[in-house]
Amino acid sequence: MSKKKKRALWVFGDYRNYFQNRVTLQLLSRARELAAKIDAEVCAVVFGYWTDEWVGDALSQNPTFCGVVGEYIAHGADKVYLTDHPRLAAYSMETYALLMERLARREAPEIILIGATTFGREFAPRVAKRLGTGLTADCIGLDITGEGLLLQVAPSFGGNLVAEIVTPDHRPQMATVRPGTFQEIPHDYVRTAEVVRVPLPKDLPADRVRLIRSEHRPMRGRKIENARVVVCGGRGMGSKKKFLKLFELAELLNGEVGATRPVVYADWADHDALVGQAGKHIKPQILFSFGISGAIQHTAACNDAKFVIAVNKNPHATMMKKADVAIVADAGQLCTALIQELKRRIR
Amino acid sequence: MLHMVVCLKQVPMVSELPWDPATRTLQRDLAGGMINPACRSALEAALRLREIAGGKITAITMGPPMAEEVLREAIALGADRGVLLTDRRMAGADTFMTSYILARAIEKACPGFDLVLCGFATSDSETAQVGPQLAEELDIPGVAYVDEIEVSDHTVRMQRLADNFLETLEMDLPGLITVTGCVYVPRHVPLGGLQAAFAAADIVTLDAAALGLDPARLGAGGSATQILNVSSPTLGKKNIVLTGTPKKIVEQLFKQYDDKIGGAIGKDLKSDKKAS
Repeated sequence: MSKKKKRALWVFGDYRNYFQNRVTLQLLSRARELAAKIDAEVCAVVFGYWTDEWVGDALSQNPTFCGVVGEYIAHGADKVYLTDHPRLAAYSMETYALLMERLARREAPEIILIGATTFGREFAPRVAKRLGTGLTADCIGLDITGEGLLLQVAPSFGGNLVAEIVTPDHRPQMATVRPGTFQEIPHDYVRTAEVVRVPLPKDLPADRVRLIRSEHRPMRGRKIENARVVVCGGRGMGSKKKFLKLFELAELLNGEVGATRPVVYADWADHDALVGQAGKHIKPQILFSFGISGAIQHTAACNDAKFVIAVNKNPHATMMKKADVAIVADAGQLCTALIQELKRRIR
Repeated sequence: MLHMVVCLKQVPMVSELPWDPATRTLQRDLAGGMINPACRSALEAALRLREIAGGKITAITMGPPMAEEVLREAIALGADRGVLLTDRRMAGADTFMTSYILARAIEKACPGFDLVLCGFATSDSETAQVGPQLAEELDIPGVAYVDEIEVSDHTVRMQRLADNFLETLEMDLPGLITVTGCVYVPRHVPLGGLQAAFAAADIVTLDAAALGLDPARLGAGGSATQILNVSSPTLGKKNIVLTGTPKKIVEQLFKQYDDKIGGAIGKDLKSDKKAS
């Protein structure tokens, strides 16, 4: 074959907790748009066991029953690299990092995108380290520059800034992206793709970290990521007692409560409620923001809110500048007044 | 007896820092510093493990000379000694380089270590990358986002919540763990600790030459990523400002936006609605 090898854009197939975690599908969707700009193919990389059980006949069968390989093809992968082996039955950090490193050395992809799940956030830096390349964590946007480089848009270091980052000389260019950043494309079960089976290396060492037990914890019924109304509170609420009032307000508004990092650290709210670069991304119709100054790690995760009502004693707080309605008042007092008024109006 | 190494990062106390357009990095030296909260939890984990298993704790940090403060604070909290890595050539290090420097420093200053503890992420950059990359660089087993640690002989058992799975993991030492703040809520500095920190505190300072680092790998030039542009995101909102007493403000809010809020929650919030 004299045909020049096509450039490739890889997406790591993070299928664990599949029905709650659609970040791989979201990345495949964005990857297709990026790949079109650099004439590359989109490849999904899957390590596991029984992941392809249905891939052979997924195309004609009930979509509910197709394996993750079939699902990635239906969502836009042009090619799937698959290592399927009983030893990969559970997610295993060292083993997966080694497999990814070897495959990337062999195939030399231009770009590797990884979902910023708990696993992905540990996996990506390990793979980047092994490959001697750079990595941008928690991108809020991805594009291709005029020179054909991956443009990695990420909130930057502490300040209220967004940085555009490139990896000029090292390959692959790597980035992690939070779930919910991009939209998946509808599945297309008539798409076909090449499945490249990669055998498990014979010299694969045992993982030095042993999984003793793994228990699935179901997610809470309602999810803040999909809530139409979110009530977020920050340190400006003043105390845990006052912060808990936000739950009453959220209940009246059929919404969910979100929190900033200082609030989570102070144990006023669970880590689950963290809205920010290292927590949940939200996209409500209405965001109520109480006593939040607006550090970039927080605001980057609520840029998709349609309408923002911010309450803060300090009219110059970043969150107040970003709001549709900026209310200059004590966050706790206003929360109480709002609860009273809502109770009066909802009958 | 466990020889533990706790990696600490000094982070700015304020979230807004002056930006240096020339170097395209933050002027971190202009803000007051504190120990990164998750790093404090890593130190707390080490202190509790020492209470159970005995041993010694070395606190290690990389930063400008003033980062020595965090080592003194760590000693005040109960660490046995501190190692400060400071060198102009280490400035602007990305996670790749930071993990390289820390690994060489741990090998040099803490030979025979059993357990390296790091915070799961820092509050200033939140990449959560240094811990996993340090495990790679030291070529030891490592687990990130650990909530709780138990040590017996030369094995550690860890619990963590990862992507909605509550995992129990085990590894032989030496190993590396990055710690969350769920269980290891940091203690306050005891009064006696202050004396230890400011009397004859055992702190050594090492630079790039002392660590035998490869000069070609140091500095911002050694970083694989490059910042093209930095901007402040603006949303182009109308930004209507409401002031007054809470009661008055809430009245105004509903007067203007009862439809909008009611629409989002699927309820009629008009005050003049007639009982049907």
